[in-house]
Amino acid sequence: MDHLDGNVLAGPTADLFLFEPTTTQGQCQSCADIAMLGQAMVYGQPMGFVARCRNCDNVLIVIIERAGQKSLSMRGLRWLRVADRAMNDRI
Amino acid sequence: MTTPAAGWLTGSLARAHPLTASARSITFTVPGWPGNDAGQHVDVRLTSSDGYQAVRSYSIASAGPGGEIELGIDRLPDGEVSPFLVDDLALGDTVELRGPLGGWFVWRPEQTQPVQLIAGGSGVVPFIAMTRTHASVCSSAPMQLLYSLRTPNDAFFRDELSQPSATARTTWHYTRTVPPGWSRSAGRLTAEDLKSKTLPPEQAPLTYVCGPTGFVETVSRALTSLGHAPDTIRTERFGGT
Amino acid sequence: MAVFGGRRRDDNPALPPGQHLTESFPVLSAGPSPSISTEDWEFFIHTETGQTHRWNWDQFLALPSEDITVDIHCVTSWSKLGTGWKGVSLDTLFAEVETGLDFVMAHSYGGYTTNLPLEEVLDGQAWIAYEYDGGELEPEHGGPARLLVPHLYFWKSAKWVRGLVMQSEDNPGFWEEYGYNLHGDPWREERYS
Ligand SMILES: Cc1cc2nc3c(=O)[nH]c(=O)nc-3n(C[C@H](O)[C@H](O)[C@H](O)COP(=O)(O)OP(=O)(O)OC[C@H]3O[C@@H](n4cnc5c(N)ncnc54)[C@H](O)[C@@H]3O)c2cc1C
Ligand SMILES: [Zn+2]
Repeated sequence: MDHLDGNVLAGPTADLFLFEPTTTQGQCQSCADIAMLGQAMVYGQPMGFVARCRNCDNVLIVIIERAGQKSLSMRGLRWLRVADRAMNDRI
Repeated sequence: MTTPAAGWLTGSLARAHPLTASARSITFTVPGWPGNDAGQHVDVRLTSSDGYQAVRSYSIASAGPGGEIELGIDRLPDGEVSPFLVDDLALGDTVELRGPLGGWFVWRPEQTQPVQLIAGGSGVVPFIAMTRTHASVCSSAPMQLLYSLRTPNDAFFRDELSQPSATARTTWHYTRTVPPGWSRSAGRLTAEDLKSKTLPPEQAPLTYVCGPTGFVETVSRALTSLGHAPDTIRTERFGGT
Repeated sequence: MAVFGGRRRDDNPALPPGQHLTESFPVLSAGPSPSISTEDWEFFIHTETGQTHRWNWDQFLALPSEDITVDIHCVTSWSKLGTGWKGVSLDTLFAEVETGLDFVMAHSYGGYTTNLPLEEVLDGQAWIAYEYDGGELEPEHGGPARLLVPHLYFWKSAKWVRGLVMQSEDNPGFWEEYGYNLHGDPWREERYS
């Protein structure tokens, strides 16, 4: 009900990746849908960020932030396709 | 794309003014802020004296280079963070900020395709950044805004959106109370409203929808039913129902 | 200078450490609310012998039920006191179940899971609740029926519960796998592992 868009993952992942994750494409393990992470649906706040496939609800990513520690699972993604930084500037 | 600065930055409240009876514009000076694209957001972190922390995301109303950011915050009566930002935060007070964030719900000056913006309530904030950028770069891409509000008194940035110099036209829609003489009666945005007040699929627009989760759900579903391809609709849900 | 207080922490002795009172009933879900009609609903307990005990909605409602008034505590730091429920005690559901295993994994419609020690869901400590505050349990709060284990943080009270699978070890459920506490006692502030 109360879900957010994948865009909101940009904050909690900011210091995990060198690339901008919400404009990165990934494929869902479960239904093979290919989408940007910004297009995923995010549930679970404020316990954690549970990003689900926009097409089949499969859990793609879970991020839990707590004081001094962050845990990340990418269990539902088959792959991520990361554009080079210079390219990323032009998306 | 403007990538986030490392870690948490400190923002100090430089200016503030009311937007409506329940909302306030707050502008922070943020040393180390790398500038931001129109549509990006920032995470705001508050810490209480016993170490408890609360983090919330807010869209940025300002865009471009520079060490200042403007936010537009609506007070939720039983909220934890928004009443503090709207009612309590005083000039010179500091908050922690992480950003700028996100690269998907953004509009860049190089984009040339027609743009339809659809806002519900405080969801207009990222579109203020987009319309400002659109005007400041004299973009030739058609851009227009459909702004859905409860009542005429709930408009954020009404003067700015109504200025003759605005390069993006705003169409207003009211769900509870309409101004005197308004042609449509108050009510939720329907697929019919969207059909008559937004760019049709034939013009191949990029449509951005922002506001409370329930609003975004309803509007994006209606847009799909009108024939817009899902990949041409970008959404930013603010939460709530 | 304005000082952020968060939600005011209360000294109320009914509140576990780090909790504050709420009057509303915030909704927290790790996924979309599944819609399950009571016609299709069933509840099961699966044991190590391969045996599955099943109840459909009518059989479930025919079991003796209890009115329950308890305090509930969410790990995100809100607590709600004196909430009223109606449900079937797990003691009733386990009456005919033979198992030598010490742990259960609760499974929900929609795929959510959470782990519990068997001894913490027996002896009047847990229910399958199907009414809240005198009315039917709304889907957003876990209806048609949810697990209710009020002495543990509320993520253990799995919404849309569908069954319990006995397990020999305390394997982690959904949130527990990502660092939330295996046990989750609010009075000991067992939030994370
Ligand atoms: C990417 C992003 C950008 C955002 N930008 C803005 C912005 O520019 N301006 C702005 O005012 N807000 C914005 N929000 C919403 C903001 O992050 C907070 O959710 C909001 O300020 C409420 O926080 P709170 O602590 O006051 O309320 P909480 O204590 O978190 O919640 C109080 C109650 O209100 C409900 N609720 C939470 N959020 C909303 C909501 N948005 N609408 C209705 N009910 C809600 C909750 O379910 C809860 O019952 C944005 C959210 C996201 C994800
Ligand atoms: Zn999928």
